[in-house]
Amino acid sequence: MTISDIQQKIKDSSARAVIENALKLADEKSEYHALLSLTAERALRRADDIDSGKIVGKLAGVPFVVKDNFLAFGAPTTAASKMLEDFNAPLQATAVEKLEAEGAICIGKSNLDAFAHGGSTENSAFRPTKNAVDRTKVAGGSSGGSAVITALDVVPFALGSDTGGSIRQPASFNGVVGVKPTYGAVSRYGVVAMASSTDTIGVFTQNIADAEVVMDIMAGQDERDMTTLPDFFEIQNDLKPNQKIGLISDFMTDDVDGDVREKINKYADKLRQNGHIIEEVKLPMAEYALAMYYIIVPAEICSNLARYDGIRYGLRAENAINLAEVYGKTRDEGFVTENKRRIMIGSFVLSSGFFDAYYLKAQKARTLLINEFNKLFTSYDVLIGPVTPTTAFGLGENTSDPIKMYLGDIMTVPTSLAGLPAISVPAGMDKTGLPVGVQLIGPMKSDAKLLSLAKSLEDK
Amino acid sequence: MIDDEILEKYQMTVGIECHVQLSTTTKLFSGADNDARDKSPNSVVSPIDYALPGMLPVLNYKAIELAIRAGKALNSEIARVSRFDRKHYFYPDLPKGYQTTQMYQPIILAGSINIPLEDGGSIDVRINHAHLEEDAGKLTHHGDHSLVDLNRAGTPLIEIVSEPDIHSAAEAKAYATELYRLMTYAGVTNGDLYHGNMRFDVNISAALIGAGKLGIRSEVKNLNSFRSVERAADFEFRRQVALLEAGEMVVQETRGWDEASQTTTSQRSKEDAQDYRYMPDADIPPIVLSDDEIGKIQNSMPALPPFYRQQWQGFGLDVTVVNALLLSQSIAQLLQRVYEKSDNNTARRVGLWLSIISGDQGDVDGNLGDTNIKVTDNQFIGLSKMVEGGELNSTAAKEVLLEMLTSDKDPHVIAVEKNLIQVSDESAIALIVDEVISDPICAKAVADFKDGNEKVIGFLVGQVMKKSQGKANPELAQKLIRERIK
Repeated sequence: MTISDIQQKIKDSSARAVIENALKLADEKSEYHALLSLTAERALRRADDIDSGKIVGKLAGVPFVVKDNFLAFGAPTTAASKMLEDFNAPLQATAVEKLEAEGAICIGKSNLDAFAHGGSTENSAFRPTKNAVDRTKVAGGSSGGSAVITALDVVPFALGSDTGGSIRQPASFNGVVGVKPTYGAVSRYGVVAMASSTDTIGVFTQNIADAEVVMDIMAGQDERDMTTLPDFFEIQNDLKPNQKIGLISDFMTDDVDGDVREKINKYADKLRQNGHIIEEVKLPMAEYALAMYYIIVPAEICSNLARYDGIRYGLRAENAINLAEVYGKTRDEGFVTENKRRIMIGSFVLSSGFFDAYYLKAQKARTLLINEFNKLFTSYDVLIGPVTPTTAFGLGENTSDPIKMYLGDIMTVPTSLAGLPAISVPAGMDKTGLPVGVQLIGPMKSDAKLLSLAKSLEDK
Repeated sequence: MIDDEILEKYQMTVGIECHVQLSTTTKLFSGADNDARDKSPNSVVSPIDYALPGMLPVLNYKAIELAIRAGKALNSEIARVSRFDRKHYFYPDLPKGYQTTQMYQPIILAGSINIPLEDGGSIDVRINHAHLEEDAGKLTHHGDHSLVDLNRAGTPLIEIVSEPDIHSAAEAKAYATELYRLMTYAGVTNGDLYHGNMRFDVNISAALIGAGKLGIRSEVKNLNSFRSVERAADFEFRRQVALLEAGEMVVQETRGWDEASQTTTSQRSKEDAQDYRYMPDADIPPIVLSDDEIGKIQNSMPALPPFYRQQWQGFGLDVTVVNALLLSQSIAQLLQRVYEKSDNNTARRVGLWLSIISGDQGDVDGNLGDTNIKVTDNQFIGLSKMVEGGELNSTAAKEVLLEMLTSDKDPHVIAVEKNLIQVSDESAIALIVDEVISDPICAKAVADFKDGNEKVIGFLVGQVMKKSQGKANPELAQKLIRERIK
């Protein structure tokens, strides 16, 4: 059900009935392990406040789910980690606050790879989330729970964070819309930080119109996040005709699943039939984007995770006999293997003597990548390509091979490094019936235009 | 103990890093109260200072303004673009696991300041740079456990890094003292040394004169008074020279100053130095400043110590007195107002009075902070005029001055009330003089004076003063005694 379907239901019955139904659905779908907690009590109280007219707003009574790395009331904020298993946030993320201010009701918190490190939600310290279409497949990640809960139609939208593809890839794997906005479009305040320079806050929806509504509410400058931009998001009612669209050929090589390429080409054909001009374009720096990403992002991760030291909140190892052990044992018990792997890579690339060779060089390469994108956007309105090289893989299939897992990010990390908006839109199914997503990438602040283009095809 | 003769063969070289706590209302990256004095532990800590998950720094632009002021006081260039970086290490008083500082692009660039010395000379000390950073919290240790207080965590600091241009303990003290004057005058800090508003890390090395290169240095950290800077430099120099004379090596290390024993002790050696894994802080956009913004702030600053030194050259006050007066901005401003309304002589007299008063009020370190002298410039000028006009002698003037400290009355009114107006009426004094000369107690003195013993005149004048209850004009009394006895 879309947001407007839900709003009709609230009119016909009540917000309480809608929320009760969503909670019931969530319970029925619990085998997918999409949610880590329900915030039932608070959700029902808010529903009653809506029914009594105490709370009003554009999304009054509409249920949603947040990824469990968003600080929110009603349940612990765990980041799917043992480190924060019992952490109850004393405040809420700006994104959550803005949606609540419009009357939306958070009914639960969704599963993720611990601290959002991963691309399958198998790195959750609790349990992996199963794919909404095929329960033997992964949900994708790191925002796997939010993608699945939206695909299962428990809620019309769910929030996620995208640092290198964590919204787009699970959206693609589960056949829903996923929006990774321009860096700085939505406040990061109150979201457990992964990589400060690429973290973005976005949304999963069942259709484009709902993504527009949610983005319109969430976007805007926040005095608590210095990297936010003044609100530029404006829902586009008119579509720019005859857009010039570049199909990124570097993402359409033989390394990419044939079925995936076929669906992307079909989407390109559809764009062409709508009067747009499609040309193949090259993005040579994309080849190095994964290397840049897995230097810069682990560096920022090792920094952002330094605060989890067992001193002030969260887990503290019980059998530590001195300060070094408090740190060592707490961090050993509180982090999963993938967290530790990234902390080690990050510590290494920042260490004295290696900083210039790795971190600084990667940042320079990042500038070259940004320049390449900028150059393309002088001639093209939009770039398109696949979101991932394959459709959802089997649970457990890649867990022992981190490199293979990282390779799955190859088409999503370039835009993250460049801070560009990118959306993942359903583009059909592969031969086995698994969803394929097409990625639409635009210049900075073109988020609404991307959505408007995708919407024009969705209607047909 | 090393003899001075041996010490003289060596040159001391000192560079100083000074941490200045800024006088902002709120912290560097949060809205929490920046004044932790007398607050109960962990009572001025925001979720940002506490490093809750998901918290982001929000830069306090007041700190940028103060850095721009500090740059002017340090005679140093302000960077048009500067950035924040993260310095990583684990310690319970460092909530984020990193200190937000400026490693690569500091806000204050190189410069040079002139440091007046007590002997009347001066040295130039180059500033390498100065950067903004946040302070850490505090740990207190209690037997088997330690407690964390994060009140100070996030307090804005400017760290001023000098070049190694200092070559004696006295110069080190003079540099530290002048930084104090500059930073308080510029309004950068409250300058409360007792509460650690300024802390000095002193890097010291010793080398044979003419060696052509510097010796291996040690760093004495966390000194919070000018005197401890001087003593630590002196102690370290002697310790290092003793090592070198014994054929041993100085170890590059961090040392602590023990106030009780007046010695330094080893804290950690270079081998234990941590790798801070510096990286740019992506949560804080670069600070971009225009010439206009910088000019606007720097042009509205109050006068700095070098201005007063230049203005007061004609007073004939001793360098030591001038430097002592300049420890307090309010005193400097007061004396400058007196000067602007009067002349060199009046200013000199008032300067000396002020040095007496402030000497009584300042603590051992000469730390006046916000000296609370309520006497107005007009009161001082009035008092000075009375002395100049012969209405008050110097002793009586001091008595009036003491009264003025707690009263807003006109000095003349005070002098009349206290019956201190000097008698300059010749006939009145002549009566007293005659009385003294005929007093049997004075007979011997009078005889001695007649025999040419000049010294006894002081005794006789003293007797006149005594009989007049201190009001007689002593010069007039002397003149009359001479006339009468001859």
